[in-house]
Amino acid sequence: MQPLIRVEGIVAPIDRANVDTDAIIPKQFLKSIKRTGFGPNLFDEWRYLDHGEPGQDCAQRPKNPEFVLNQPRYQDASILLARRNFGCGSSREHAPWALKDYGFRVLIAPSFAEIFYNNCTKNGILPVVLSEEAVEQLFREVTASTGYTLEVDLPSQSVTTSAGEVFSFEIDTFRKQALLDGLDEIGLTLQHAAEIQAYEARRRRETPWLFQTPDT
Amino acid sequence: MVAATLYDKLWDAHVVRDNADGTSLLYIDRHLVHEVTSPQAFEGMRLAGRRPWRVAANLAVADHNVPTINRAQGIADPVSRLQVETLDRNCAEYEIVEFRLADSRQGIVHVIGPEQGATQPGMTVVCGDSHTSTHGALGALAFGIGTSEVEHVLVTQTLIQSQSKRMLVRVEGQVGAGVSAKDMALALIGRIGTAGATGYAIEFGGAAVRALSMEGRMTLCNMSIEAGARCGLVAVDDVTIEYMRGRPFAPHGAMWDRAVAYWRTLVSDSDAVFDRVVELDGTEIVPQITWGTSPEMVAPVDARVPDPAAEPDPTRRIGMERALAYMGLEPGVPMTRIRPDKVFIGSCTNSRIEDLRSAAAVVQGRRVADTIKLALVVPGSGLVKRQAEDEGLDRIFQAAGFEWREPGCSMCLAMNADRLQPGERCASTSNRNFEGRQGHGGRTHLLSPAMAAAAAITGHFVDVRKL
Ligand code: SF4
Repeated sequence: MQPLIRVEGIVAPIDRANVDTDAIIPKQFLKSIKRTGFGPNLFDEWRYLDHGEPGQDCAQRPKNPEFVLNQPRYQDASILLARRNFGCGSSREHAPWALKDYGFRVLIAPSFAEIFYNNCTKNGILPVVLSEEAVEQLFREVTASTGYTLEVDLPSQSVTTSAGEVFSFEIDTFRKQALLDGLDEIGLTLQHAAEIQAYEARRRRETPWLFQTPDT
Repeated sequence: MVAATLYDKLWDAHVVRDNADGTSLLYIDRHLVHEVTSPQAFEGMRLAGRRPWRVAANLAVADHNVPTINRAQGIADPVSRLQVETLDRNCAEYEIVEFRLADSRQGIVHVIGPEQGATQPGMTVVCGDSHTSTHGALGALAFGIGTSEVEHVLVTQTLIQSQSKRMLVRVEGQVGAGVSAKDMALALIGRIGTAGATGYAIEFGGAAVRALSMEGRMTLCNMSIEAGARCGLVAVDDVTIEYMRGRPFAPHGAMWDRAVAYWRTLVSDSDAVFDRVVELDGTEIVPQITWGTSPEMVAPVDARVPDPAAEPDPTRRIGMERALAYMGLEPGVPMTRIRPDKVFIGSCTNSRIEDLRSAAAVVQGRRVADTIKLALVVPGSGLVKRQAEDEGLDRIFQAAGFEWREPGCSMCLAMNADRLQPGERCASTSNRNFEGRQGHGGRTHLLSPAMAAAAAITGHFVDVRKL
């Protein structure tokens, strides 16, 4: 996984609550058996005027000029500002894959759905939870000035505006470290293989029925 | 000993190690696998030169992407076909048990797990699907995971997790006839919101929950994710144990007795403390229907579409306005005046035998209204389908004008050919009414199977208790 330490970049605002993962990446794109290439279909239903299907050349499709990501001022955004309960719904990891593929590295919202939050940190995306008031203020600022940027620093757990105002955020130490180092979590867990085996051996004695398999 | 909730007991029994940062390595007993969220996990495992830790812990089935008609001809859509074939290939390569399309045990992953006894009380159950919360109805710690975690479970049989807070949802007072577990779930989400239980594990308790069948409990736990919860739970009781008896993957003989003795301990201690308690009065719950594009946008059938102008919170008000515009609804319209174009009875929320029975009881001897373009019944599994056919339910539905399909997720998420056209309105027993969920531009109203059946018959929403 690509490490994430500090991100400074253009902020794009998605001004609605409860943005679900179906909206982030519609289901027809979930038929892919790959992990990459979802960026052009990020927010597909909002971003294009026609109906998207896998395999289209998205550059040729009619874009919805109203949608934030189609506005020139938000091109090259790497930070997404969102409202509460962002990423709710389906557990599809295609949602963070699409956000990442598009170029987002940091998401800021008052709250995230849990599975989505998890999925982001496993893909080198930092979800930052700030208070409703702070998010409201950032929405006001980002819409007021073109080219608005933020600096997000993971080691110090802070978001700094270009005016120098600082908001700090919480993140648990495991996820923080994993993001900073771009860790392979599976490799890390396998260092505890002996403990997993010991646990399994005990469970086989105490609850043997869990290890029986029927003839299928 | 400190009093423990059911959640604590399940958690404690599965901790392999506690990490210094407060997370724990949790052992996973059962891993359910489907075609949409697993291909990248298998690929990742293969590329890293790794293998599954315990093959027998996995059970696979294709459900999201499968056709519900003309199965003998295979899958027409080449992209869908490749995904299902990829699952077949991965399972064959690693010798993982898979119920293939032609197998009568094939069905929606959250229907077949309990049906086979493959998910059991006291287990940790995970699947790359948010509605894995369903299995908590059996007194299992069950939650949805992403694809990276699917790979993590495949390779290590564990997950790194942090504990949730505990919420008790207590429903005292029996619900009336015509009111189902779906109405309880929607009423709860209407009350606490779609993020109301974020960070929590919900245990459902109280007399009205105890009175539910296993199917009803699954519906309730299934929808707990729509309230933001990581998982839903119902304590083990006689209903749970009777449900498990004789299922293919369930323990047999002397092992059965040992298992039952353990399962009996899977209840919250009477003096256990919850971080939050939400009380609902079952006697006050009436059939519910959603009017918007989030499950919290829900109203009792006897209410009217709400007016955004009356909503003080600006984010919420804008959300309501947008939802009503998308849904093509005006504020103040009685819910019973809304007319669906299509009716969908199915999904992991409501496609079990009891759901089909309750819908068939409404449909019996009646006909689907002329204005309904399509009324679909999609059983949750091949075995549910067969049982329904043994009971003659298929004939009741078909005589009324419903289509009787092969099992799968179908119009719940419209990854296959079953979908809404832009602007079409659907009475759906599924769990999500998000924009485009059932097809681009489609408008979804969530409700119970009996209410969906009633809407099919009358052509508009109606209180099934008054039919
Ligand atoms: S029926 Fe719907 S909610 Fe359930 S697993 Fe299938 S797609 Fe997901």
